Amino acid sequence: MHRLAKTTLLATALLLPAGVLLAQEADESPEDLAVEMRQGHMLNFAHNLMALGAMAQEKTAYDAATATAAAENLSHLAAIHWDYYWPEGTSNADRQDTGALPAIWENMDDFNAKHEALQQAVANLQTAAGTDLASLQGAMGDVGKACGGCHETYRAKEE
Amino acid sequence: MRRALLSVAVVALVGAGAAWWLTAPDNLPASALDGVTGDAGRGQVLFAAAGCGSCHIAPGAEETDSPVLSGGRRFATQFGTFVAPNISPSPQGIGDWSDYQVVNAVMRGVDDEGRHLYPAFPWNAYNKATVQDVADIVAYIRTLPPSDAGSLPHELSFPFDIRQSLGGWKLLFEHRDWVLQGDLTPEQERGRYLVEALGHCGECHTPRNALGGLDRSAWLAGAPDPAGKGRVPNITPAGLDWSEDDIVTMLQSGFTPDYDVVGGEMAQVVRNTAQLSDEDRAAIAAYLKAVPPVESTAPQPGAGDSTAEEGTASDEGDS
Repeated sequence: MHRLAKTTLLATALLLPAGVLLAQEADESPEDLAVEMRQGHMLNFAHNLMALGAMAQEKTAYDAATATAAAENLSHLAAIHWDYYWPEGTSNADRQDTGALPAIWENMDDFNAKHEALQQAVANLQTAAGTDLASLQGAMGDVGKACGGCHETYRAKEE
Repeated sequence: MRRALLSVAVVALVGAGAAWWLTAPDNLPASALDGVTGDAGRGQVLFAAAGCGSCHIAPGAEETDSPVLSGGRRFATQFGTFVAPNISPSPQGIGDWSDYQVVNAVMRGVDDEGRHLYPAFPWNAYNKATVQDVADIVAYIRTLPPSDAGSLPHELSFPFDIRQSLGGWKLLFEHRDWVLQGDLTPEQERGRYLVEALGHCGECHTPRNALGGLDRSAWLAGAPDPAGKGRVPNITPAGLDWSEDDIVTMLQSGFTPDYDVVGGEMAQVVRNTAQLSDEDRAAIAAYLKAVPPVESTAPQPGAGDSTAEEGTASDEGDS
């Protein structure tokens, strides 16, 4: 075979998989969507926690109505049935764009129990947020523990 | 010829003897605990500051005020897997050790039978603690529930399974002096004590050389996760642009400035630092602002999209 033909064949063989990959990226798979949705969900948590945290740290003035609104948002976020956020094949062993550890799927019962712990902590926060600053501060601590309790076991370090 | 052989033999013997002597344990003086009485009450918060429970509580155990230090947690490293031993007050733990023997183990890395302990146990940080503080911790540990769980052997590859070689490691890499020298405020000095001695933060946040010695020129500049994937973040001022308030808040609650919550081993650290006084947390923050900024490739805590729970876990939550 001619050298040129060989080179062309090799180049085609190398480029073909890249082309397939690009085609796949064009439309999102259910797994892509699940990862994007749960990341967005976490950002939503952070956004509402930020408002409450600023009050808890006394960087902004305590306001019962604002605090209650943010706590209600958190409560809705925590209450969502999120089974479909965690399809098989979406751990950091499967893909680069997630820090979800395979341990989630190995211990799904514990993972769900930690989700329920978050729901409880947020429910308490909802009551506390409108009461007074001291109650808010106390309840925020438990929400942080619930978040950290899950991140401790089920979230990977950054690459 | 015979004479030459004899000379070689003598030189070899002297060399071996010197090597043995050089790598022999360097114990605390026998008088180290003279006049020192451990205070279990003081020991409780020091136990948290030193993070003892994070390694020695059995994996998956419920959080409790009287932790069972039965060990069993596994630490994968490039040298093999270390398994945390039982250090509860029982015959399988440290129940039969004298106070001196436990303090010596903590501060010199030598067990009750005079064998070197691996630096997975952070005696290379605790060697900067005060004997009084360590004695207080020991007194507290003696009040905790005993466990009869047997300690499991480490699973190390040759030659790292030869304990005597740790004597050489100590000669090369043991440091009993502070990393951060110079004029410090009393608050910075307190922070230095909490970070460099009890908290042993550098054990994860400082890179290591091929033999596992800490690279003190890149102190707290972040490091690969010894367990494999991911990195422990740079917490020098070059990597951590948080205010002192931000650092204090994270150490107290786990919340980062952008309201992510730290995870991984740092979640355990926060359970400990949450028990410290406000002054001690502020001292840690003051110290972290005083260490030399060192650029590194480690992710910056709180940088980028770290609020997402996913792989962008850039906070020390993941350290």
